[in-house]
Amino acid sequence: MTDSATQTRPLQVSGEILASRRVGAYHHLTLVAPGIAERARPGHFVALAVGGERTGLILRRAFSIYQSRATGVYGGTVDVVVGVHGSGTRWLAGQHPHTPVDVVGPLGKPFSLPRDGGASATLVGGGYGSAPLFGLAEALHKRGCRVDFVLGAASADRLFGALDAKRMAATVAVTTVDGSTGTRGVVTDVLPELMARAGTDVVYACGPMGMLRAVSRLAATHGVPSQCAVEESMACGIGVCMTCVLPVVGDDGQTRMVRSCVEGPVFAGERVRWDDVGTVPPETVGAPAATGTGGQAVATEGGVR
Amino acid sequence: MSFTVRTVDAPRVTQPDCDLTADLGGLSLPNPVLTASGCAASGRELHQFFDVAGLGAVVTKSIMLAARSGRSTPRMAETPSGMLNSIGLQGPGIDHFLEHDLPWLHEHGARAVVSIAGGSVEEFAELARRLRGAPGLAALEVNISCPNVADRGLVFACSPTASADVVGAVRRHTAPSVPVFAKLSPDVTDIVDIARACVDAGADGLSLINTLLGMALDLDTMRPVLGGVTGGLSGPAVKPVAVRCVWQVHAALPHVPLIGMGGLRSGLDALEMVLAGASAVSVGTAVFGDPGAPMRVLRELARGLTDRGFSSLRDAVGYAHRPPEAS
Repeated sequence: MTDSATQTRPLQVSGEILASRRVGAYHHLTLVAPGIAERARPGHFVALAVGGERTGLILRRAFSIYQSRATGVYGGTVDVVVGVHGSGTRWLAGQHPHTPVDVVGPLGKPFSLPRDGGASATLVGGGYGSAPLFGLAEALHKRGCRVDFVLGAASADRLFGALDAKRMAATVAVTTVDGSTGTRGVVTDVLPELMARAGTDVVYACGPMGMLRAVSRLAATHGVPSQCAVEESMACGIGVCMTCVLPVVGDDGQTRMVRSCVEGPVFAGERVRWDDVGTVPPETVGAPAATGTGGQAVATEGGVR
Repeated sequence: MSFTVRTVDAPRVTQPDCDLTADLGGLSLPNPVLTASGCAASGRELHQFFDVAGLGAVVTKSIMLAARSGRSTPRMAETPSGMLNSIGLQGPGIDHFLEHDLPWLHEHGARAVVSIAGGSVEEFAELARRLRGAPGLAALEVNISCPNVADRGLVFACSPTASADVVGAVRRHTAPSVPVFAKLSPDVTDIVDIARACVDAGADGLSLINTLLGMALDLDTMRPVLGGVTGGLSGPAVKPVAVRCVWQVHAALPHVPLIGMGGLRSGLDALEMVLAGASAVSVGTAVFGDPGAPMRVLRELARGLTDRGFSSLRDAVGYAHRPPEAS
């Protein structure tokens, strides 16, 4: 892997919605966001203000960048895919073109690309988590890499980007839990066979935490490195709020609670303690059991779930 | 020991016809807009969006003696016009802070108000000793009111004597030229009692308010949303509580400088806090939704003061307490 995780300074820009269209169960938004597209690389995300000027929704919503175009009639644009989960995403999905949207980005560390131009890369997306993988596929193609896709979802309407994938990839495997399209099952049901056929050198994955855990483990058992983009809930997206943490093993072998917004969202799959996400493992740096000072307030805190 | 408080000229982003100098217990700041502890880390992240030297000061995330992992996730829940957090004071500890974060703030011309938190009086005193003489230290903010501790009895700011013990110890171990501010909780019967105890114990000023203890349930799982079960409520929803606390404490202790915080997201919110009695304000949760919020609040506050005919911020502090005009 080359160190393509160089930090790019994010911008805060007053953008607007240029286009909004339904894609299956999702909404595909194109946002005018001058300056951000120019800096964006596959795996970066943007944080959008929602709800309008006097809204009671005070936190940003984070979305991986699906596409970015540095130039155009309207200046640089970034595209995101919105799944409606709550009032903020409902607001975004319901807005018409020309609605102003404040955009912060690009944020996070992007995917690292293989140093070896001839590498075989397998891209695994769950639901609309596949969004950042298409820009990645383009970047991999430019390096002469082979690209194969596995896309999975609960049902056909929750798959995203199957047509994009077919256009870009050597092969595409699709799974749905209800069997409404593709193979009935989950991505890891078809991944071993695809990896054998493609001679996979690296797996890239983005989707729900459970899928990432399974994909990362499967890649590891085949001796293949994985890069996983996590979807943790965030309040700020810029590294100041400390809400989007998960336990990750560092170069020194120590586990730390790290911010997925600035140290991720892309992590080496083998470094994330997937089974412990949502907890603070006892041997984590600064975990209550390991804290020598602080008295009872420290000793009794944490790990309450 | 020789230590003088540095006053670095901030870039002029304000209207020149209003003097925005803020006086905080011997510390003079070029303007009254600060970050809020726990909402700006140690300044680096926000420096990507604006020059942190342009702030009145950066108030750091609370520093503890040892590294601390914080609480399990989920750590955040958005609530109407607010949010709950249960971070649990995650941080790398004082050694890392003194080696990496405070020097960075100093090099970048930022005035640092260092927030400290501990589990015992001794721990607070040790933190004050470690920070003594550190270049770039403009003031201390003593966080005796973090709600994210398992035992509510250990929130010092719920007791006048416990508050006084901590503040007294920190004051004794801090250079006389460095003001000590105590950060209080609104979750008490009478905040003036606690405020008075802190001032009597040597606090040079008070920071009002920390978050309110709250919680939310997930109606799908029918369990608490937060990993830590309860959390601290912040954001515009708490602003009226903050204004009330600043008002009450300023009325009782008019000569004690106050830093007002709690749900500010515009310059007019900041002005309201100033009129209630705050000499400076901290912008906290608003940063999560708008990284540029502190500088916007500063511009808007300057305009709000000028529009109302104030030629200096000082004249506006506590102005809402003036006697009724004769009609």
